[in-house]
Amino acid sequence: MDSEIQLRVDGRRKRLRVDTRMTLLDALRDGIGATAPKTGCDHGQCGSCTVLLDGRRVITCLTFAVAHDGADITTAEGLADGEWLHPMQRAFIERDAFQCGFCTPGQVCSALGMLAEVEAGHPSVATDDLTGPVELTDEEIRERMSGNLCRCGAYVNIVDAVRDGAR
Amino acid sequence: MTDLLRPRVLGQSPTRVDGPAKVTGTARYAGDQRVSDPAYVHLVQADVARGVLTEVDVSAAQALHGVLAVLTPDNAPRLASTDDAELAAFQSHEVAFRGQVVAAVVARTREIARHAAALVRVEIDQRPHDVHLSADRDDLYAPEKVNGGSATDTEQGDIGTGLAHSPFTLDQTYTTAWYNNNPLEPHTTTALWLDGDLALYESTQGVHTTRESTARVLGLAPERVHVIAPHVGGGFGSKGTVHVHVIIAALAAKAVPGTPVKLALTRQQMFSLVGYRTPTIQRVRLGCDADGRLAVVAVDAVGQTARIKEFAEQTAVPSRTVYAAPNRRTTHRLAALDVPVPSWMRAPGECPGMFGPEVAVDELAIACGLDPVEFRIRNEPDVDPDTGKPFSSRNLVACLREGARRFGWEHRDPAPRARAESGWLMGTGVAASTYPVNRIPGSVATVRCTAPGRYLVSIGAVDIGTGTWTSLAQIAADALGADFTDVEMRIGDTARPRASVAGGSSGITSWGSTVVAAAREFRRTFGDHPAEGAEASAAMPEDDVGEEYAMHAFGAQFAEVRVHADTGEVRVPRLLGVFAVGRVVNPRLARSQLIGGMTMGLSMALHEHSVLDERFGHVVNHDFAEYHIATNSDVPHVEAHWVEEHDPHTNPMGTKGIGEIGIVGTAAAIANAAHHATGVRVRDLPLTLDHFLE
Amino acid sequence: MIPFDYRLAPDVDGAVAAATGWGGVAFLAGGTNLVDHMKLGVAAPEVLVDISRLPLDAVEELPDGGLRIGATVRNSDLAAHPAVRRDYPVLARALLSGASGQVRNLATTGGNLLQRTRCAYFQDLSTPCNKREPGTGCSAIGGYTRQHAILGASAHCVATHPSDMAVAMAALDAQVTVLGTSGRRVIPLVELHRLPGDEPHRDTVLSPSDLITAVELPPLPEGTRSLYRKVRDRASYAFALVSVAAVLRVEDGVVRDVRIALGGVAHKPWRARRAEDVLRGSPVDGSPADEEVFRRAAEAELAGAAPLAGNGFKVPLARNTVVSALRGLSREER
Repeated sequence: MDSEIQLRVDGRRKRLRVDTRMTLLDALRDGIGATAPKTGCDHGQCGSCTVLLDGRRVITCLTFAVAHDGADITTAEGLADGEWLHPMQRAFIERDAFQCGFCTPGQVCSALGMLAEVEAGHPSVATDDLTGPVELTDEEIRERMSGNLCRCGAYVNIVDAVRDGAR
Repeated sequence: MTDLLRPRVLGQSPTRVDGPAKVTGTARYAGDQRVSDPAYVHLVQADVARGVLTEVDVSAAQALHGVLAVLTPDNAPRLASTDDAELAAFQSHEVAFRGQVVAAVVARTREIARHAAALVRVEIDQRPHDVHLSADRDDLYAPEKVNGGSATDTEQGDIGTGLAHSPFTLDQTYTTAWYNNNPLEPHTTTALWLDGDLALYESTQGVHTTRESTARVLGLAPERVHVIAPHVGGGFGSKGTVHVHVIIAALAAKAVPGTPVKLALTRQQMFSLVGYRTPTIQRVRLGCDADGRLAVVAVDAVGQTARIKEFAEQTAVPSRTVYAAPNRRTTHRLAALDVPVPSWMRAPGECPGMFGPEVAVDELAIACGLDPVEFRIRNEPDVDPDTGKPFSSRNLVACLREGARRFGWEHRDPAPRARAESGWLMGTGVAASTYPVNRIPGSVATVRCTAPGRYLVSIGAVDIGTGTWTSLAQIAADALGADFTDVEMRIGDTARPRASVAGGSSGITSWGSTVVAAAREFRRTFGDHPAEGAEASAAMPEDDVGEEYAMHAFGAQFAEVRVHADTGEVRVPRLLGVFAVGRVVNPRLARSQLIGGMTMGLSMALHEHSVLDERFGHVVNHDFAEYHIATNSDVPHVEAHWVEEHDPHTNPMGTKGIGEIGIVGTAAAIANAAHHATGVRVRDLPLTLDHFLE
Repeated sequence: MIPFDYRLAPDVDGAVAAATGWGGVAFLAGGTNLVDHMKLGVAAPEVLVDISRLPLDAVEELPDGGLRIGATVRNSDLAAHPAVRRDYPVLARALLSGASGQVRNLATTGGNLLQRTRCAYFQDLSTPCNKREPGTGCSAIGGYTRQHAILGASAHCVATHPSDMAVAMAALDAQVTVLGTSGRRVIPLVELHRLPGDEPHRDTVLSPSDLITAVELPPLPEGTRSLYRKVRDRASYAFALVSVAAVLRVEDGVVRDVRIALGGVAHKPWRARRAEDVLRGSPVDGSPADEEVFRRAAEAELAGAAPLAGNGFKVPLARNTVVSALRGLSREER
């Protein structure tokens, strides 16, 4: 069963027909041709498909596109302005925070979504005082970035990059 | 001795040239390639471990709107070669392991393909299967050779006499688990036939090797197969050889003429279709004198292979080289089981094979009251104990000493279970690491002048995350005497000259030597002021010194471990590795390779374990929710360093290969640290909390 | 995945009406668990009623000091809510220890309660499972049982409930508001989930057209402390092997109120009443002597444990984690 939806992806309005069974991830990839969100596990277990949905980081493999009519989505591609990379992206390059690069667009989106959560004062399980302000320690970064698996093992560089990119 | 390059760009740390494409997600991996109006393939797998297909009923699937074709053993075309049973898709009704592909649906959309695959009804006459690995099996056999071409067994001196005369002996059995490579990018093929030629956008560690294997199976001339892989989402060995999905994608595309097809394995399917590391059982016997000098090193390794195709993990091979001892023995035995086909996984042989012996050495060092660093230093050989050849360079001792210094080892109290902090027991451990310098012949590179002072260097190598795009450009720049930014690489495509596979940490040695040869040929022919369009090619030079020397990289791994006194939870707050890997091409990228290997070693030590359910014959925990790999939180601090090492024998760059050594020894260092923390000696990986619960 | 009809619920009553009379209907909120199961073929609804846009996404502080949590409040929003962080740290920590940031931004309160077991055999259509296909047998018994139950299991099913949030809510005596065809009713959270018995396919007491609309938390008296301790196989992003939600109020050196729930050990969030009985009225002063009573309490609860081959370690693990949690709470700054 098909349905027509409209999405705003990386600033561009897109109208597309989707099979109701199509995940948001597959709609972005197969329907719109976005390549930044990746299919790493397809079951919400790796974070490679992370995008910013209405400003918040979400996985896209476990949600149907049809339920997101009207959504505003930013992928890692949309974070850059042409050749001009987002500071977080530059930090990932400078710190060599990836190797194969497959999890990277999801890591970058997750990092920015996570920083917005920290900015809003949201605690994590690594936060000692749930009611106090949140300090972005390395332990906080690690815990908050743990939803993005990296098989190449770039974690320590990712933490460095996120710390730099947060400045 | 080779003519060593004078380093200029070599040793510098330019950032990855593919960095901007990767951080923006615009780098095209196999599944990202734009083809017009593709069809999608979804696989149907056998749900028994052994049997004979009696019926594959595709009527319901075929009736679904949008289904274009369903391939089964009843209708699939015959392949030209079935010598490699792993690749003989749909050529037989025999089911040889659970998860074997028995049908493939081609449909207009992913959703339809997946739905239709669920409608294929498969009847299998089930036969009793045998998937039980044990060192006690009476049908274990000795393979002719083990992976890498090494001898299956070796023996020097006499083990029995050696042990009888040793005041300190050890005889223990260690096990490593079944591991799945699990690169983040699932194996993916986009296939298209055009006028009898096959184009494959493939997730592979070798475009030319994929071409050659695929062409052989399909009965095509190799030049009719075009393989493209500009970016690969990790491989760790699992993309080093062709697996069956490539053949199926080619057959599926053939079934829908004019339509490209996309086949992406699911994460679950990867647990049975793309290789894995065999579980190993290692009996280690050591004997030493009162000064800790080894008289005996014996390792008897047992692993599994698939009944349909042999893969012999060279688990005991590293023990032939690391320590001196007059009495030595190594053996490899295999059980051929009804299991998926095992294959390469990062540092096959060395990775599991440096677990048992390196824990054993820790145990023996403690038994004779020696510091485990000192114990290792005392057993440093003068020449390669296996071949008797001199080492081209060997700096294990330097790594151990430098590592100990950086780690703060000198203050270590050797007593186990003697330190606690906020409810956690703390300990530290060490292990040695080694990996051979491999070179694979058969690469060719071309250098072309594209504008004054600018060069295009082509070689069909791949970048699986190792940094090939960047490091080969550095090598080419130095070989040409050009600036790094004046060299443009062309790789990842069979349209470039042939290159060997990205495996065995051989990439820089093989491709780099080839690029240097091509650059030198270019300069010899065209001098320092070539005309635009000037072009020269060269093949990888013959290795003229390899026979004279034993060539290996070495390293020392140090780990700090804490174990929760109440719950047994194990954490690794710190890993530190020091390596002797020859000259380092790009420190920024090299460090990533080494910490990446160490991180995977940590993951192996604490988490990874593909759990086989022997009743069904399958890996039960076949996804990332249950097959745990380390998360960011598991890896607080990993440091990699290297000692200066000048080795004029390995290749013109003086490099040794760094992709794999980082994972070697890590698990042993962590297990040794866990013993230091708790007093509990764990000989079976992974180090889950239940080992430490009281 | 079979094709399905997608309907956006117009309002709360309309959602229930839309779901009534259909065999294969499911409510869709965050999607995380349902879509997962649809992909695996474990769930195959013909109609999805999307409730994600209904006005059930508010957290209200109630006049009595309690809290009403809408069914579609995202897990991350609930964990970040000032009242949860201030008054119900056990709940905030339980939420924050579940899944990952980008999953918690989708997952909802109602969906979290209704998530199904992570038993690998349940999720794998190629292995028998009584929960997925009644009468086919339980593959976990005799198989891989690391994630499986040690309490309250049956010969038909040894699965565990995977939620962290629900364990905290069980310890908080939460009440679940449900709207069904015959109107609104309130179910104590500890009675929402079932033990498997001989009907393991029924996770909860709800019928398919029952819609969870809210969860209410009663207020905690002054001086009550709470925490959530999760033990898992990696440092983050993993389901619990064992978890403990503990709520404790000690006055004048005596335990006045204690509520303990365990996760990862049973088919439902396991309220540890036997342990509570041992503790209630016991003297506790933050000294090492407390250890003995904590241990006795944990052992009382676990006396009925029936571990499987392969998960016997969970008994000492649960015992030690309970003791550790109580020790932590009793020594917290007063």
